[in-house]
Amino acid sequence: MAKRLVIDPITRIEGHLRIEVELDDTNTIRDAWSSITLWRGIETILKGRDPRDAGLIVQRFCGVCTYVHYEASIMACEDAFGVKPPPNARLIRNLTQGIWFLGDHIMHFYHLHGLDWVDIVSALKANPRSAVDLAKSVHPNPWNCSETHYKAVQDRLARFVKSGRLGPFANAYWGNPSYKLPPEANLVIASHYLDALQVSKTAAAAQAIFGGKNPHPQHLVVGGVTCVLDVLNPSRLGEFLYRSKEVNDFVERALIPDVVLAAKYYKDEGLAGVGGGVKNYLCVGGFPLDDEGKTFLFPRGFVKNRNLVKALPIDEAKITEEALHSWYQDDKPQHPYEGTTIPKYTGYDQEGRLKGNEKYTWCKAPRYEGEPCEVGPLARMIVGYAAGDKKIKALIEGTLKATGLPATALFSTLGRTAARAIETKLVGDQIETWVNELVANIKKGDVRTWTPCDVPKEGQGRGMTEPPRGSLSHWIRIKDHKIANYQAIVPSTWNCSPRDKSNKRGPYEESLIGTRLAKADQPLEILRTIHSFDPCMACAVHVIDPGGKIHQFRVA
Amino acid sequence: MVGKHYRRLLEQCKIRMDRFEKEYPAPREDFQALLKERGVSRRDFLKWTSFMTAALMLPPIFKPMVTRAAENFSRLPVVWLHFAECTGCSEAFLRSSYPNVDDILLETISLEYHETIMAAAGDQAEKCLEDCIHHFPGKYVCVIEGAIPQGLNGQFMRLGPKGETGVQIGKKVTSKAAATICIGSCAIWGGIPSARPNPTDAVGVSKALGISTVNIAGCPPNTVNFTGTLLYFIMFGAMPPLDGQGRPIWAYGKRVHDFCERRPHYDAGEFVEQWGDEGARRGWCLYKVGCKGPYTFANCPHLRFNDHISWPVMAGHGCIGCTESGFWDTMAPYEKPIHEATFGGGERTVDKIGTVLTVATVAGVAAHGVLSAMRHGRTDKKDGTTTGAGKE
Repeated sequence: MAKRLVIDPITRIEGHLRIEVELDDTNTIRDAWSSITLWRGIETILKGRDPRDAGLIVQRFCGVCTYVHYEASIMACEDAFGVKPPPNARLIRNLTQGIWFLGDHIMHFYHLHGLDWVDIVSALKANPRSAVDLAKSVHPNPWNCSETHYKAVQDRLARFVKSGRLGPFANAYWGNPSYKLPPEANLVIASHYLDALQVSKTAAAAQAIFGGKNPHPQHLVVGGVTCVLDVLNPSRLGEFLYRSKEVNDFVERALIPDVVLAAKYYKDEGLAGVGGGVKNYLCVGGFPLDDEGKTFLFPRGFVKNRNLVKALPIDEAKITEEALHSWYQDDKPQHPYEGTTIPKYTGYDQEGRLKGNEKYTWCKAPRYEGEPCEVGPLARMIVGYAAGDKKIKALIEGTLKATGLPATALFSTLGRTAARAIETKLVGDQIETWVNELVANIKKGDVRTWTPCDVPKEGQGRGMTEPPRGSLSHWIRIKDHKIANYQAIVPSTWNCSPRDKSNKRGPYEESLIGTRLAKADQPLEILRTIHSFDPCMACAVHVIDPGGKIHQFRVA
Repeated sequence: MVGKHYRRLLEQCKIRMDRFEKEYPAPREDFQALLKERGVSRRDFLKWTSFMTAALMLPPIFKPMVTRAAENFSRLPVVWLHFAECTGCSEAFLRSSYPNVDDILLETISLEYHETIMAAAGDQAEKCLEDCIHHFPGKYVCVIEGAIPQGLNGQFMRLGPKGETGVQIGKKVTSKAAATICIGSCAIWGGIPSARPNPTDAVGVSKALGISTVNIAGCPPNTVNFTGTLLYFIMFGAMPPLDGQGRPIWAYGKRVHDFCERRPHYDAGEFVEQWGDEGARRGWCLYKVGCKGPYTFANCPHLRFNDHISWPVMAGHGCIGCTESGFWDTMAPYEKPIHEATFGGGERTVDKIGTVLTVATVAGVAAHGVLSAMRHGRTDKKDGTTTGAGKE
């Protein structure tokens, strides 16, 4: 007899997510549904406003992947206005996005995802001296590594446990057999969990040098950036560089070794392809390396059916969204420019569960060529690898060699987590290059930070970028100098997508199929896979052209 | 000379702290040891104490009390609820790094329930929440981030294993809380989801639940304003004096325009006319490109953000007035000055408008804020709970 397991709230994510799975007698997942349980309707709010204001508003889609929607919206406007920002602005945008890439991925690995791999209570049993040896086996000079420090961390954790008030560590799954790290590895990574809090703050502060603050920086305008005082001030550039190096140092000496360490013990899961999910990967191109938008640090492309040797070019006309299983009217697939969506909430069934065969989420189902696609670090690394990008290929091959895993192990929960660490290094290594480019450009006498422009009477445009969580595209239509239509297809819409008309599951759902739970009442394995996507729900839920009053829709 | 009023207040504070130390669970963390571990010297800590005492508008005799409150900070159980929000306020709180003592305080805060960072999920997460309500009734502080959508009978948002709405969860948790703090614009007055045309009929917590709340305004707010308010609560068992909008006066009592570093340029008539122009390179006033500092009450220019590194006006972008109610509608468009017609005439009247706002705020304060703090102090004695003061 199949049993239904409901996990709500999924914690350690942005926003509100519910996962329901069906387990068979061996506690193996046979079917899965992911549902977003909050709708805010920000695109409805945008209608009729000044297009230049959209960036600041859509930035509030999400406070975790802050900045990225701001940038995508500004890019969509630039496309619609027909304006190109000057080189300094492109570099500042790459730097602000890049530094938070590091901060965000660090925060994700340790604070949002780490506790799925690391058993905090087991760390109390570790021998601090052996922990030092273990840390040194994966890096010659590990971050904050000493017997006394590890001992202090243990004492601090012990105090927590002894007080009986575990705070965020309470009621978790400690001791679950699915935790595979030895106590020493748990201690090393737990110590970095605490250190990472400081490091991600440093990254946030670095972003704020240009952005004014983090979360929600405020330094972009259509046509360029506003932080001209900081751009032209060598000491500010120095402060930025100093902080970015500190963060990058943590990536080199803590993040990468910790992921390699985890991979050693969770190797079997990678080999078995646990959490692999859908077989198509999409990347819309991230971090432009030239002012024409031709070359990217993350190459643009589509990989079909896990073909690691060929990345196909993207045809934007093939992107659709449908709402057959989403709480909106209009079930047919629509291109983002043309979409019309009206909320149609039908609620849960009588037992308070999702109606899996009907509508069951506020998330729509984006498809490329009618196929569900995974987006995010794994997709970027796979597309880059398939496209033959030299830097990406070298990094992936190096990591596979260090862990002794074949390339096929990438298609798993572990692979997704490893891909995130790999690209953190790729971006981290690039930051100094961009600072140098900026300095060289200013030295040439180019101090432009803004290209003059004005709102056109009519127009449409799209902005595409690759924030930490995956492919992001914003689509805007302007009429009478005002926003007529706005839509965002965000990374989590792709990944958290429900089923479509051909009954193909979305990436979260597909990735859970076949996973076996060690304990049916502890959804640890589910959390591990779902978190590996770095879910971010608030931004995944949106609407275009409501066209009707919402309160008139009744709950079925 | 310290006035009689303050000496009496100090006595009250001492009584409260004694009671707090007796009635609340033991500190989860050794604060002084952590300071040492982080390399915060005694001198730095004393500097922070003076800063915080002054920021809270208290005379120096309260410094030992601020220290004591900081040492006892991790005794206070906190439940943090997420409604219709973007998690930006939580993130601001996790990334705060100024002043460094605040930083440590926030790391030691005893979060019994916070969805963004807790290890447990689903039923186990729910249990954390229930445990806290059960073990610390009338003692914990409820922090709410995000608005409550009222459309569809609140079902635009359903949370937890039982699929409860914001109102259901909010009532359950706030009814047993010692005080409810709204963090960020959404929880206070609906924020972004409530911007025109408010598709989900989102409102602030105070309106949805019919309770009074303490409002830490901003999108996201400066975390120091949050820490300070919690310290004040630990010291006095009541929330600090509030303005007419429920914002602590110590943090939101001054107008951005009045202590902005670009103010001299405003007075000299030197304005940025368009982005990246000569004026922008010289750091001139941003009023003409839409700065809403003249209409906004907040301490951003003073505290700045992220390790005191910058704030929006320093980054060359105007203030968008994010600490003011309904700013997504009232302050738009953000790149233009508020239309002349709105306030009856050009930038010359900016100061006049500011003065009017100030007078209104001060009047609200006099009539309500300070009194309500005292009133709630008494409530505290009577039944052991206080709901904090707020807009009525």
